[in-house]
This record gives sequence, structure tokens and C-alpha cells, in this order.
Amino acid sequence: MGARRRLKLAVWKFASCDGCQLSLLDCEDELLALAGALEIAHFPEASRAVAKGPYDLSLVEGSITTPHDAERIHQVRRASKVLVTIGACATSGGIQALRNFADVGEWIPLVYATPDFIHTLKTSTPIANHVPVDFELHGCPVDKRQLLEVILATLNGRRPVLAAHSVCFECKRRGTVCVLVADGTPCLGPVTRTGCGAICPAYRRGCYGCFGPLKNPNTAALGERLRILGQSDADLVRAFRGINAGAEAFRRESESHEPR
Amino acid sequence: MPETAVETGVECAIEVADLDPLLGALRERGFTVMGPLLRDGAVIYDEVRSSADLPAGWTDRQEPGSYRLQRSDSPRLFDFTVGPSSWKRFLHPPALRLWQAHREDGGFQVVDVEPPPPRLAFLAVRACEIHAIAVQDRVLLGGPHVDPAYRARRAGLFVVAVQCTRAGATCFCASMKTGPRAGAGYDLALTEVLEAGRHWFRVEVGSERGAEVLAAVPHRAVRPGESAAAERALAGVAEQMGRTMETAGLPALLRRSPEHPRWSEVANRCLACGNCTMVCPTCFCTTVEDTGDLAGRTAERVRRWDSCFSAEFSYIHGGSVRPSIRARYRQWLTHKLSTWHDQFGESGCVGCGRCITWCPAGIDLTEEVRALQASKRRKEDRRADA
Repeated sequence: MGARRRLKLAVWKFASCDGCQLSLLDCEDELLALAGALEIAHFPEASRAVAKGPYDLSLVEGSITTPHDAERIHQVRRASKVLVTIGACATSGGIQALRNFADVGEWIPLVYATPDFIHTLKTSTPIANHVPVDFELHGCPVDKRQLLEVILATLNGRRPVLAAHSVCFECKRRGTVCVLVADGTPCLGPVTRTGCGAICPAYRRGCYGCFGPLKNPNTAALGERLRILGQSDADLVRAFRGINAGAEAFRRESESHEPR
Repeated sequence: MPETAVETGVECAIEVADLDPLLGALRERGFTVMGPLLRDGAVIYDEVRSSADLPAGWTDRQEPGSYRLQRSDSPRLFDFTVGPSSWKRFLHPPALRLWQAHREDGGFQVVDVEPPPPRLAFLAVRACEIHAIAVQDRVLLGGPHVDPAYRARRAGLFVVAVQCTRAGATCFCASMKTGPRAGAGYDLALTEVLEAGRHWFRVEVGSERGAEVLAAVPHRAVRPGESAAAERALAGVAEQMGRTMETAGLPALLRRSPEHPRWSEVANRCLACGNCTMVCPTCFCTTVEDTGDLAGRTAERVRRWDSCFSAEFSYIHGGSVRPSIRARYRQWLTHKLSTWHDQFGESGCVGCGRCITWCPAGIDLTEEVRALQASKRRKEDRRADA
């Protein structure tokens, strides 16, 4: 294994807050091993030294919100053997996908003194809408253990082993008392993909759905249950229209609670 | 100190103040005592160090999808029914490192990393829970493939039962014939009696070990009239249960009903979140995850609770065997109440009601079973009319 070639790693940023790439730098105990296993070829947040592609593994953070980025992602794809998107922005469009439900043209003059300088798209969309993606790592931000697993799997030429069940599994394994059942607190845990370690319910908060929807979640049944617990349609629109507003299942559920 | 000969089958009495000596006697014998505690708005099970840890003066109200703690106007210590924890957390842990391997010159070495489990004593085990432990015994110890992790925790387990003096709205152990009275499977069984201003416990001795422990605790013979008082405390519990299930013919009915329209109806409400299986004291399924380190020097295998409600649970090459929620709910209920009989010779349900209370969608398996049975009856009625 010592003879293994060091993989060339690149980290790319699109419309995002940088929190997900920071998760990589946050791998403090593993950083030396990471630097040993990978050649960090392109990672502006970590180093000004930039090596030319092609790259073995590209981690892509952020969503596509500008015409320029819609072009740039194709260059990244061309330069990457394996392309993994990291975080809610890259996998579902992020919080900035709220623009998808409104007219971004109306917002621009409210925010910018000189709207003419702003060249933006009407929507914020995930990377997979633009180029083929080899693996999507969810979360806002991504979980660093999951990120390491993705890197480790790529190093070993296998698929990452990441659970895709509900957050509820994790609450129960941890011994966290269900906030929805015991407190009547609205919680997206039953329809949200695991990965964070079920942090919020452990602090008696409902899950915000940072890791996005499960595969085929029953959001309608949860919406109905939350309505019985006293949530208004407006509350439900907000609950499903958060960090993963652009994820298909959450988008549909939020739209089903909009006034007609 | 002992005022009466203590042996299996004997009834004694202890005062409330003697619970701490009982905990002390268990600790002196090397037991870690797990019992009921208040945490985060529920009665859960964790280590109990003194009787002051017990949820005195608290009770619970349970409904499908809802659990609320309430102050009771009584100093009772065990005035609640079962909560979200079950004892399987300690006997069949939610996460367990099975092994770790280290690369060495030309090979690797496998090392045991889990410390030996503590000797466990459980305080306040209910009749349904004693049966649930027995169900898991048959699954994890009964066949040719014994689970060593379960065996290590289960061996030497000391059980202090508490007889239920009230039942909850989601309880139905009477239907499943697992309660409310614990008749065996315990070392000691307590009946909490609060009558005429006196608060004490009847203690039934269920084993020699129980007798030996009780002998080390201040206790006395049951006085005239006290047995009757304890029986009064237990009276009417079965009738208080908020749920019932007709089990006659149920395994066969479920076998015949894989295409019943009710499965689609319940699938509309089911979140497939897996909570029912996680709180179930008999569900035993696990998965294993293998991980390694970046340097390629260490690998380990961790076993975690899994659930037939996740899509990946039934994943085999090419896809999931049960991709729909309908198929997953049907699998769970049919296994629990029908094919469990074929596999293990009994029902997989003990009637504790946890899956009803802790279902975020409030799905009630007794109602689902009734719906399946009702349409069968309608069919039979039609046949009788014809």
C-alpha cells in the first residue's frame, strides 16, 4: 500500500459559503495522513500553490448560479477523473435555490446599488444538472467522517459506504428521545437522510433537513402529521424550503402547501 | 437483619427506604444497575446509582405518535409504563465494534477492541419486557449460530421485575399473553403498594440468586392482609389497556394477505423512518460497516442496529428487494406476527405498544391488524350469505 500513487486532489468552489471545503481542513487529526495520501493540487482555501490538471479526484462545492459558472463546471469536469459534489449547494442548489421560487430580477435592485454589474441566472441548480457526477455527498455542511470515507473509497477504487436511511435511526441508536413524539416539536428527521449524527434532536431541536431528503421519502405523510401538530401551511412551506429547498422531494412538498 | 428465610417462590416485603440497600447489594456483587430515569421528557433506561434517580411522582400519557410525562399526585416510584428505551440497548447494543485489524509485515493481526461488558442488573423490568428478552434469547442464542456479544451480556443478567400497577393507552400485553403479571423470568419481582398512607413493596423471589441478594437487604415477612393489598394494586390492569389484538388465526391470515389493499393504505401514512423497529424490544436486525484509515494500516468492522424499513436493508445486486414502503411495512408486520412463528415458534410481538407510541405518524399495528381481519370477516359473511 505504501507504493500506492498519491492521488491528485482538487477542490472547487461555486456558489457556496466555503463551509464544506473547510470541513476538509477541519480533519485536523487526519490532515497529515491526508497530505500523505493525496497530492493537494488545487485547493485555494488551503494553498496558493496550484498544480495543473488533470486531477484524480475533484471535490466540488457550491451550486450553479451564474452563466460563467455554468461554463466553468464543464472545464472542471473535463479536468477530473472522479468528480464528487460536496454539500447541500452542490447537491440540491443550497439555500440560494430559494430564488427558484421567486423572480430573481426583482431582488437584484433591492440588494445591489448597481444592478447592471450582476450577471446571474434565474435559478440555483445542483452540479448534477450540468455535468455527470460520480458521487454526491450531502449535508450543510458535509460531515467530515463521511468526507474522509469518500476520499478513502476513491483511494481504494471502491464506492463510499455511507448509510442512506433516516435521521431517526441515528436518534434511536444514540438514545435520543424523539422530539416529535415526546415534545410535539416539528422535525424533518423521518424524511431526512442520515449523516450528521442526529445532532439537533440531541439538543431537543427538530431536524432542519440539512442532509436533504431520503430516497423516496414520504414527505406528504410527515407534512400531514406536522399539520396535526399545529403547523400552518406557511410553516410547512418554510420547513421544507430551507437549505435543501431545491431537492426534488422537498420542493414538491413545500409547493403543495403554498396558497393556490 | 433477615427476619425470614428467603428462598425461591417466597414472598417478602421491603420498605421504600430499603431500595437503596437493594441497589447497594447488587453493586457489591459486581452488578451495574440499569433502571428507569427521567431524561429529555421521557422515562428512559440508564445506570441508576440511587433510588433518588428513579422518576418518583411522574407518570406518562401515551397515544399513537404521542408521549407526554405528567406529574402524578403520588410518591410512587414506578407509576409509568414502558418508554422509548428497551433493555435490548444493553443486551444487543446499537453499535458494537466487532473487530479491528492492524497491518503488519506481510500480513495483518485482528484484535478485540471492545472491553468485556459489565455484569448487568436491570431494575423495573415489566412482564412484557421479560418476554421480549426471552424472544431475543431464542433468536440470538437459540439456534446453531449464537451471538457471542449478546451471550456475554445476557449471561449472569440479574432481573428485578416491577409488576405493572397501571397500563397505558398503547399497552396490549394481555392480548399477547405476556402480561401484565410477570410470573417467571425474574430474580426478584417488586409490587409497589401505596395504601392507607403506607408505601412499601411486596417482593416475590424468583431464583436462588434473588434469594441471596434479598437476604442481604433489610426485609421482613409479609404481614396478614399485605398479600391482599399487593393483589389489589395489580387488579384491573389488564382492563386498563388501551389496545387489544385478536391473535387467533392471525399468522395464517397474514400469510394469505400479501396483496390486501390495506398495505397500500398504510404505506400512504408510513414514513419508513424505522422508529418502530428501533424501539421494538424484539427487533434484532443489524448491519455491518467496514472502515479503514487513510494510511491503510487499520481496518475495523462495526455492527449497528438496522431496520427492514430502510431501502438499503434489502439491497442485493441490482437493487432493493423491497423498494416500496408498502412492501417494507408488510414485511415488518408479517414477520412480527406471522413468519416469526415459523422461524422461532412464537410471536415476535409482546404487546408493549412502543411501536404505536413512538411512530411519528401514529400508525397503530393493532388497528392495521384489525383492518386486515375485518375484511376477512366481511368475506366470510358474504360467503355465509350466499
